[in-house]
Amino acid sequence: MRAVQRVVGRALPLDRANVDTDQIIPAHWLKRIERTGYGAGLFEAWRRDPAFVMNDLRYAGASILIAGANFGSGSSREHAVWALDEAGFSAVIAPRLAEIFRANCLKSGLVPVELAADEVTKLLGLVHDDPRIEITIDVERRTVEAPGLRATFALDDHAHVRLLEGLDDIAVTLAHADEITAYEAQRAAWLPSLRD
Amino acid sequence: MVAAMKRTLAEKVWDRHVVRRATGEPDLLYIDLHLIHEVTSPQAFEGLRLARRRVRRPDLTLATMDHNVPTTPATPVDDISLKQMEAMARNAREFGIRLYPMGAPEQGIVHVISPQLGLTEPGMTIVCGDSHTATHGAFGAIAFGIGTSEVEHVLATQTLWAGRPGTMAVTVEGALPRGVWAKDVILGIIARIGVSGGVGAVIEYRGSAIRGLSMEGRMTICNMSIEAGARAGMIAPDDVTFAYVEKRKHAPKGAEWERALDDWRALPTDAGAHHDREVRIDASKLRPYVSWGTNPAQTVTIDERVPDPDALEPALREAAGRALRYMDLTPGTPIRDIAVDAVFLGSCTNARIEDLRVAGDVVRGRRVRAGVRALVVPGSMLVKAQAEREGLDRLFRDAGFEWRDAGCSMCLGMNPDILGPGERCASTSNRNFEGRQGPGGRTHLVSPAVAAATAIAGHFALPEDLA
Ligand code: SF4
Repeated sequence: MRAVQRVVGRALPLDRANVDTDQIIPAHWLKRIERTGYGAGLFEAWRRDPAFVMNDLRYAGASILIAGANFGSGSSREHAVWALDEAGFSAVIAPRLAEIFRANCLKSGLVPVELAADEVTKLLGLVHDDPRIEITIDVERRTVEAPGLRATFALDDHAHVRLLEGLDDIAVTLAHADEITAYEAQRAAWLPSLRD
Repeated sequence: MVAAMKRTLAEKVWDRHVVRRATGEPDLLYIDLHLIHEVTSPQAFEGLRLARRRVRRPDLTLATMDHNVPTTPATPVDDISLKQMEAMARNAREFGIRLYPMGAPEQGIVHVISPQLGLTEPGMTIVCGDSHTATHGAFGAIAFGIGTSEVEHVLATQTLWAGRPGTMAVTVEGALPRGVWAKDVILGIIARIGVSGGVGAVIEYRGSAIRGLSMEGRMTICNMSIEAGARAGMIAPDDVTFAYVEKRKHAPKGAEWERALDDWRALPTDAGAHHDREVRIDASKLRPYVSWGTNPAQTVTIDERVPDPDALEPALREAAGRALRYMDLTPGTPIRDIAVDAVFLGSCTNARIEDLRVAGDVVRGRRVRAGVRALVVPGSMLVKAQAEREGLDRLFRDAGFEWRDAGCSMCLGMNPDILGPGERCASTSNRNFEGRQGPGGRTHLVSPAVAAATAIAGHFALPEDLA
């Protein structure tokens, strides 16, 4: 995973709640066996609507997505994160991110930022008024700053360190291999196995 | 652990799987069973290869092909899908994982085959790169969906970092009215608590109405927990559970079975244990439900009308208006007046043998309405074979349904079974998101009984509405 200390950039305001991962990346894009090649599928159906905010050139090049509550709900497809990443997004801000989506963000270094609903509303307003404003997400300090707004977001220490240092999650876990082996030694014998 | 501490089912199962717990960290949780399918695993195996890592416990890992497979032998597989299926086969071979590929008698939707094989048992932790993994919670297991990077992590370590979830109880008391099925219970629950009603929690479904359900009905309920935003859903194991598991291929045998039973009997929530939240539902008030919108909480009973967004609470209005535009529905239209183009009987929610029996009964001696495309896609090849032994295939075929091989099929529109733009479908699946069953397609979630009656009537109907 790449390390990420700060995200600085313009934002795309997607003022909708419950945006599900079928909208972020439709299922027919999921046939690929690679981790790349999903950017063009991002919001594919909605992009066909000329009025969709992503088609508004004033927001071209945005690196922060601001969305309504429960963003990323539905399917567990990590492809949703890969598509956002490839389309140039480095962070998503919403009042609440769906849990699996949030976990997936942390695996790729897409910064998941959950702010209070009124802070997100304010941020959306700022970006609507002036698409050129710059937003700074400081992962180290867990803050979001925009002209006229300063907010903090929660990120548990574990996720915080991994984002900042871009740690390989599996390597971190394998450092506890002894504990895993000890656990395995006391598992009940009746638990199912595919060995036979 | 303090002996006197009262714990919920979810807490008991969680706590016994903690490999490591330290402040400032989520728990490191041991995974008893990892289910794999062709769509969310190729990048995980690629990651293992690049890092020269092995699969830690191939014996606790089961792979199948379900999402992408065609469900008719005649359907040509496109090159990209084929590559994905080949990758699954190659990865299973290279890493020593049991695979039930297309054509195997055990193949089917991952959440249908694991319980059938006796791999899903009480008290386990089960994960899969698929959000409907909560299905297995029906057995009193903690089961949840994960992303591809987490799939890689479980492959390499057989563990997962995860915060201990909150607990929530949904208690459904009373007798279900005739014609109300497990699918209606869960649609009714989601309509009540909303798509974020279960956030952060494992929902424990309980109460006499839940106890009265078969294992298949319980799986239908737990399956849709994610649609209420929950991490997982669970039901305490009881004699119904044990009877289902006993003698299945991977179930404990002999003395092991007795030991397992003793253990499982201690799993249910202790009397007086505390759930963070509780919702109570009167079973006698439930009716058959039909979703009208583009999320599973946008649902009404079949006796109602398409709602007027302006009559809804302000927070729901805008989304409701957008949903109605997408669904091309007019407020005030009686649900029964809505005509459909297609009927899909399938998915991990409702494609088990009992579902097919209920629907088969409805279509017996009747014909699918002219112009309606109707599909039955059994949840697994074992379900299909059993249905054929019971003659259900004949009932469906004679009525004008297509009778398919097992797979996810039109649940998510990855294989050639998709809705055309603007087509409207009564579907026994679990998601009515925009385009879920094909770009521009319109999905209404219903029970198998309503799906079958709707196929005959050509518009939403109950079996008793049919002449
Ligand atoms: S049937 Fe549908 S919901 Fe179930 S696993 Fe397949 S795609 Fe997912």
